[in-house]
Amino acid sequence: MVTAPNELTYNSKIEGDVVVTRADAAINWVRNHSMWPMPMGLACCAIELMATASSRYDIARFGAEVMRFSPRQSDCMIVAGTVTYKMATALRRIYDQMAEPKWVIAMGACASTGGMYRSYAVLQGVDRIVPVDVYVSGCPPRPEALLDALMKLQNKVKRERSASKLFHKSA
Amino acid sequence: MTDAAPAVAQNFPSASPRPSLDCPAWNVPPADALALLKSLRDDSGYDMLVDVTAIDWSAEKSPRFTVVWHLYSTTAHRYVRIAAECASAADPVMPSATGLWPAANWHERETFDMFGIKFAGHPDLRRILMWDAYPYFPLRKEFPLAGIPTDLPDPDIAAGMKAKVIPAPMAGGPFVATPGGAMSDAEPRAKDESWNEGREKK
Ligand code: SF4
Repeated sequence: MVTAPNELTYNSKIEGDVVVTRADAAINWVRNHSMWPMPMGLACCAIELMATASSRYDIARFGAEVMRFSPRQSDCMIVAGTVTYKMATALRRIYDQMAEPKWVIAMGACASTGGMYRSYAVLQGVDRIVPVDVYVSGCPPRPEALLDALMKLQNKVKRERSASKLFHKSA
Repeated sequence: MTDAAPAVAQNFPSASPRPSLDCPAWNVPPADALALLKSLRDDSGYDMLVDVTAIDWSAEKSPRFTVVWHLYSTTAHRYVRIAAECASAADPVMPSATGLWPAANWHERETFDMFGIKFAGHPDLRRILMWDAYPYFPLRKEFPLAGIPTDLPDPDIAAGMKAKVIPAPMAGGPFVATPGGAMSDAEPRAKDESWNEGREKK
C-alpha cells in the first residue's frame, strides 16, 4: 500500500488541532461550494438549465446540483426564462422567502432585459424587482455559459465580506 | 358524412356564406350562432371545437367585433368556420358555447381577456392570461403593443419595490421575423434600426 508523504499535509502533532484562517475565507469557501439553486424555470431557458444539471454538463462539479424547489432551502435563484408581470410579483415573493445570504443569476436575454418580448405583458428585465448578481447573455445561453456564470458568482462570493462586515461595522 | 353546406342553407336562412380561402365558412347573427353550432355538431359531425377567438375591426368600424368559431370533424377530418358580429361596440356580448363544448370555457375566457367580449351564460368569466385587476384589453386595436402604464398585480410587492408596469422600450420595434435571406437577418429584429450604426439609416 502506498502511503502519502505526510510532510506536505497538515500535521496535527506539530500544529495541534487548530487551523488558523480568516473567517471570511472559511465562510465564503463553504458558501461557494454548496450553492443550492432555486430553479426559477419560466420558459425555454429552463431546458438549458436542466441540461446544465444533467450528466453531460453536470453542475454538481461546482457544488450547485441540489436544485431546491423550496425557497427556504436555496441560496441562488436562477431566473431562467421570460418573466411576465403576472409572474413577477410571485417571483419577488419567492425571493423574499429565501434565507440570507442569497444571490440571483439572470439567465438569458428574457430574464436580463425582457429579450425579444417588447410587450405589454413582459417584465423588461428581472433586475426591476430583484437584485441580480450575474447576467448571462444568450437566447438561450448554452450550459457552458451558465456554468461560467456560476463560476463568476463564486468568484464574487469569494470576495464578499461575510464575517468582517459584522465585526467592522464602520469599515 | 356529407358537406354541411346544403343543411346550413336549408335550416339557417339567416346564415350567409363567408369569403374563405380554406374551409367552408358562414356569417350568422348572434341569436342563431348557438343553434348553428349545435346543428353542425349533432347533424354534420363537426364534433370538436378547435378555437374561439375574435376580430377587432377597429373603433371606427361598425360592427366592431366579430367572434369566430372553428370546428373540426374528427371522423371526416374537415374544418368549418362560423363568424358572428357583436351588436354593440361599447358592450360586446355573445352567447357562450360552454353548454355545447366544455372546451369553450377557457377559449371564451381568453377572448374576454384580450378583447373584452362578454359571453352570456359563461359559468366563470374571468381573465385567464392577464391578472384580474388588469384594466385594459390588450388585443383591441387602440392598445399599443408596448403596453400602458399600470400597477403590478400585488399591491404589497409593488409598494415595496416601487415597480410598475411600464411601456416596453420599442427601440425601433416591433421585433418581427423576416423569412428568407441570411439567417442573421431572418431572426426577430426591429425594422427601424437607425440606432444601430452597422446598418443603413432609414
Ligand atoms: S432568452 Fe430565449 S431561450 Fe431564454 S426564455 Fe427567453 S426566449 Fe426563451
